[in-house]
Amino acid sequence: MAPVGPVAARVTGMLSHPFMVHALVAGTAVALVAGPLGYLLVLRGQVFAADALSHVTFTGALAALVAGLDLRLGLLGAGLAGALGLGLLGRRGRPDDVVIGAVFVFVLGLGVLFLSLYSRGRSGGGGTTGVGVLFGSVLGLDAGQATATAVLAGAVLLALAVVGRPLLFATVDEAVAQARGVPVRLLGVAFLGLVGTTAAQATQVVGALLILGLLAAPGGAAARWSARPAVAVPLAAAIAVGSVWVGLGASYALPSMPPSFSVIATATAVYAVTAAVRGIRGGTRRGSVLEATGPH
Amino acid sequence: MTGPPHAVHLVPALAAWLDPVAALREMWALPFMVNAFRAGTLAAVLAGTAGWFMVARRQTFAGHTLSVVGFPGAAGAVLVGAPVWLGYLGATMLAALALGRTGGRRGEGDGALIGTVQAFALACGFWFVASYSGLLGGTTSLLFGSILGITSGQVTFLAVVTVAALAVLAASGRRLLFVTVDPAVAGARGVGVRRTDVAFLLLLAVAVAATVEVTGALLAFALLVLPAASAQRVTARPATALGLSVLMAATAVWAALTVAFYTPYPFGFWLTTLAFAGYLLAVALDRWHVLTRWRHAWRPSARWRHG
Repeated sequence: MAPVGPVAARVTGMLSHPFMVHALVAGTAVALVAGPLGYLLVLRGQVFAADALSHVTFTGALAALVAGLDLRLGLLGAGLAGALGLGLLGRRGRPDDVVIGAVFVFVLGLGVLFLSLYSRGRSGGGGTTGVGVLFGSVLGLDAGQATATAVLAGAVLLALAVVGRPLLFATVDEAVAQARGVPVRLLGVAFLGLVGTTAAQATQVVGALLILGLLAAPGGAAARWSARPAVAVPLAAAIAVGSVWVGLGASYALPSMPPSFSVIATATAVYAVTAAVRGIRGGTRRGSVLEATGPH
Repeated sequence: MTGPPHAVHLVPALAAWLDPVAALREMWALPFMVNAFRAGTLAAVLAGTAGWFMVARRQTFAGHTLSVVGFPGAAGAVLVGAPVWLGYLGATMLAALALGRTGGRRGEGDGALIGTVQAFALACGFWFVASYSGLLGGTTSLLFGSILGITSGQVTFLAVVTVAALAVLAASGRRLLFVTVDPAVAGARGVGVRRTDVAFLLLLAVAVAATVEVTGALLAFALLVLPAASAQRVTARPATALGLSVLMAATAVWAALTVAFYTPYPFGFWLTTLAFAGYLLAVALDRWHVLTRWRHAWRPSARWRHG
């Protein structure tokens, strides 16, 4: 049980555990990236592609385990390869939902093969490893892993800052952007690459199956609160970071609740309140974003 | 790695293709294989049909979400001691109602809702599993399926759901198709578009729940999307495409069960791989206009103009 006392004392107590600090650093880094990326995914109508990429990283992790390589190498390799594949399959870097579904169900089938090969190799240990990859183990990160996650998140944020404006332009008005010479297709593939990288690093924090929540819920909620990207992007990041902090705090107070669950539940609650207040459809149309961003 | 080298297992698999009757007799001597063939065939019929409508309506993301929300349903049912099928059915129908809030059709704002529903459902499933540690080892089988432990009761349940779903689709399929192809005109003609959208999501939820119970989430989704996507590439005629979708799903299930029986690799891997191979074949036929040329060559008459 957590020590009884004022909130400040509880927070100090929580931060006295190194594993909690590592979890906060890695979780905050992932959330800072996932919020803005999620907002762009919602605007571009590509949440399903992110769903596919996060599942693909599961296969990559198991492939790396079978080959005896570092787990993170498999996650990142699969995330990037999946992004490249999806980007090249689709017209202008935006594949059709049926194509995404068909390809990623096949990749997951490969994951099942690797899982069976891996479990057979070490007498039943694979099931638990698989569960760890699927649902994350944020409280098991060491200082090195937390730092690596933060550095990678910083790199993705930097890349997003560089491609952000043309990407937004290509998102809200693809035809005009293309006519103005914006490399729409290249941007689309690069964007999916950033999503794949984020899915790969986030897999260690909330798991391959739950990163979708950290992308979709803050991004979807932010898009409903404001049609202006200058407001919605930081808002999405804030909602994602807040969800990680509240989630980790809740799991510290109630140890029977896994942190992956409480993080996603917090993000979902924010989304549900937003949908109830702002209406389920409001503010996510590209047209309203186009109006808010003004003439280009 | 224990056991003989992998190549050795391919010999009986190849022999099974050379003498399929003997192979079937050998497999059907085992009751669990008989149930696997029965359940797999029913799942193929159910998912092949519902999946074709799902693909035509561009609701693949919703279909994927419905297939994974069965997992928390089952885990929750185990936790409170309720029947597992009730857990599957309750979870998918609840999710379908949540998704139906936006009318259920693919739109720009839908992705965030579908993704949030999916992630939250999976997070709940993980919590239930973590609370009931006895189920933790079963997580991967809940998600990725094990078709070899199916009871006769499960087969009967799946059969009842399949017949009921086909009856509903036979009665309302034309209206559903109308709403799918042209919602604006259907609305103007007085067809309840929103009601039809939600009703289809509920039907998909029931079909998915029954399939997931016997195959797991991954294989249910594979049976929903791959045969239907292949059929859609081959023909635009709804009746032909539906038949083809079911046929491809059943073929993939039978072939995968046979190959999995004679090799050490899991059924789930074979089903997705074989069905994906069928999809690639359909894409290739479509890309190179093989079927159009074939139709022109063999049916130059008035029948072609009607198509």
